[in-house]
Amino acid sequence: MYRIIHKEILSESVKLFIVEAPVVARKARAGQFVIVRNDEYGERIPLTIADYDSEAGTITLIFQEVGKSTMQMGTFEVGDSYENIAGPLGHATEIENYGKVVMVGGGVGIAPIFPITRALKQAGNQVISIIGARSKELLFWEGRMQEYSDELIVCTDDGSAGRKALVTEPLKEVLEANRDAAKVWAIGPAIMMKFTCLTTKPFNVPTIVSLNTVMVDGTGMCGGCRVAMEGGARFVCVDGPEFDGHIVDWDILLERMSFYRSEEQLATKQWLDHQCKLDKAAEAAE
Amino acid sequence: MPQKKINPTRTPMPEQPAKERIRNFNEVTHGYSEEMAVNEAIRCLQCARPTCIQGCPVNIDIPRFLAHVANQEFQDAIDVIKKTNCLPAITGRVCPQENQCEGVCVLAKKYEPVAIGRVERFVADWEAEHGKPAAVNPAKPSGKKAAVIGAGPAGLTAAADLAKKGHQVTVFEALHKAGGVLSYGIPDFRLPTDVVRREVDYVTSLGVEIKKDFVVGMAATIDELLEEYDAIFIGTGAGLPWFLGLPGENLGGVYSANEYLTRSNLMKAYLFPKYDTPIAIGERVITIGGGNTAMDAARTALRLGARDSIIVYRRSKAEMPARAEEVEHAGQEGVQFHFLTSPVAYHGQKGRVQSLECIKNELGEPDASGRRRPVPVEGSNFQIEADVIIVAIGQSPSPIIAKTTQIDTGKGGILLVDKETMKTSKKGVFAGGDIITGGATVILAMGQAKIAAAAMDEYLRTGIWEKAEEADTESA
Ligand SMILES: Cc1cc2nc3c(=O)[nH]c(=O)nc-3n(C[C@H](O)[C@H](O)[C@H](O)COP(=O)(O)OP(=O)(O)OC[C@H]3O[C@@H](n4cnc5c(N)ncnc54)[C@H](O)[C@@H]3O)c2cc1C
Ligand code: FES
Repeated sequence: MYRIIHKEILSESVKLFIVEAPVVARKARAGQFVIVRNDEYGERIPLTIADYDSEAGTITLIFQEVGKSTMQMGTFEVGDSYENIAGPLGHATEIENYGKVVMVGGGVGIAPIFPITRALKQAGNQVISIIGARSKELLFWEGRMQEYSDELIVCTDDGSAGRKALVTEPLKEVLEANRDAAKVWAIGPAIMMKFTCLTTKPFNVPTIVSLNTVMVDGTGMCGGCRVAMEGGARFVCVDGPEFDGHIVDWDILLERMSFYRSEEQLATKQWLDHQCKLDKAAEAAE
Repeated sequence: MPQKKINPTRTPMPEQPAKERIRNFNEVTHGYSEEMAVNEAIRCLQCARPTCIQGCPVNIDIPRFLAHVANQEFQDAIDVIKKTNCLPAITGRVCPQENQCEGVCVLAKKYEPVAIGRVERFVADWEAEHGKPAAVNPAKPSGKKAAVIGAGPAGLTAAADLAKKGHQVTVFEALHKAGGVLSYGIPDFRLPTDVVRREVDYVTSLGVEIKKDFVVGMAATIDELLEEYDAIFIGTGAGLPWFLGLPGENLGGVYSANEYLTRSNLMKAYLFPKYDTPIAIGERVITIGGGNTAMDAARTALRLGARDSIIVYRRSKAEMPARAEEVEHAGQEGVQFHFLTSPVAYHGQKGRVQSLECIKNELGEPDASGRRRPVPVEGSNFQIEADVIIVAIGQSPSPIIAKTTQIDTGKGGILLVDKETMKTSKKGVFAGGDIITGGATVILAMGQAKIAAAAMDEYLRTGIWEKAEEADTESA
């Protein structure tokens, strides 16, 4: 069992756990992920390793409540345990001194972009970071990102914090002003990564994205995570999760990601109804 | 030998009627009663020079155990089997007996062969119900530690044999459940979860520790494990699914058989939303392939609620590699077969698959496998509508282990071993099962694991590792 020893609410729907997982913590590196299962009925869900402490034997997981499984996870408290955590999985980010790099994190993607930002900064890079979310309530970790960035641009779709813009707008300006940018990292919703890649393409800057597709095993056994790209399909769990965003077929990826939408809605509705009943029962008992 | 009158036909297997069983995931066959098992066992001629033993990859003394069954000495029968086969409830259900023991049964020349597999299954199930709890005679601890990678039939067999010899054994398994293909691949209606659990429990009762959620190569490499363990057995199977590489293959609704079966069996998607993992319930489901995996997928589709389940296979019925019983059961259940048909493209809209474009084949000259090669008939293209398509054309070993350590590999990423000892090119490391052959069978995996465990025991006791440089360089 993998016990939760710390819980933090980062934003309206984004939560952070520090979890005991010594086997994972010992080997984890920035860019890798784990597969977790809430309980014996749970599905296998990939989550990025947002941070790790090999001495304490813990890892940090951050997730956004988007469906039944993540909502259930959100109800876990300190002392509760995950049924399973397997990892670290996937390739780690290739950390080097590239010179000048631009980091783009959208929504819950700010969590995985942070350890990469920190590692790149520590490797001597000059780091320009852009983080964005729909609104102020969904933003987090401006402080941590600031600490490891030479320049930080914050934006929200509704202008409730930082600049009122999508991340691609400041990104274009940054690239225009910094023709020497060697590499861009972009992590966030697939649609954001798609448009980030379209923005960087004319500048010819290599752009690394971290894909978060549907997965089952996470070890290369099912092919459910496959993504079409130039040169043929690749498995995100073993060939990735980071890829050159300019060769990904984003439209197929977006379609595959919404394949189970109606099933997800059904499971979410059942979960919410169930929670609602529990709340009512608790009220009645009082 | 006294003349006895032999029943020319084998005792029929009681089973759920096809109409009923396609609505549930319960086991198709009920298994023999004591009376049926005895009736079947007395059909054995007790040949002086039995051919069936050679036909069995683990050389079970078949006439002996059948003689015990004929005398209603069921405990003695299971004891004979367990000498060389630690998972009889499983092999009795899933071995391709028609190509093994039953295929060479002398009776088969004139009549139907003895239903050896069915009797084997009977005694294994009898033991689970009535038998004395397996006597665990703990061997004197050897003080040596062995690691086993993968909890499939190969890994479980090696672990059991090593534990019986007194070694301290730890099994590392990537998934959250032990059993390998037995847990994630073969459906409950053919091999119930409880049967697998029973066998896994037996292995742990020997003192074997199973560490789940542990992906070797990622959480620790083989070299790191060698610092802590005196020897390692690799039984990681052939888990990497093949795709056809045809246009449209990444449309939603196109699954590898591994994914489809894993969702249904391991993750229990057939009980969604009680279990969280979803699966697409197709109206019309096509499965591409002709092996056990394809039969399992096509029959699972029916049980999930498909109206039509269609197999597309490029050769003819005679060449299908699936167990005869599975093909027969699939037919009874209404699975439709398109033989001599090859897929050429998937078509769909809005990211969802809608049909499979196929081409007709003729049988040409025999190919390398000795089977007649399918040759496409130009211009014979046609479409089959489907909202779920399952690719079940085979699989090869996952490269995770080979990529993270220095070890010799052959065609398709199999590990190269010395066939006499199952030693790999790496000192202290042995391998067996699908990882050295590519997709094969449960019983072959177990047979190789037994050879490996014996050689490992010797290595652990003596520390002598010779012949490493002669590692077999031919691929299987
Ligand atoms: C759907 C299907 C139906 C089949 N039907 C039959 C049948 O009827 N009869 C028959 O005889 N054979 C059948 N087979 C074939 C048979 O299942 C295999 O030959 C057999 O399971 C091989 O055993 P194994 O132990 O080598 O590998 P597996 O059963 O594949 O087990 C390997 C185990 O290793 C684990 N693993 C892999 N990589 C790692 C890693 N890096 N670290 C830790 N663990 C790892 C896997 O998770 C798995 O649990 C079928 C196969 C399939 C897929
Ligand atoms: S998640 Fe199964 S292959 Fe990647």
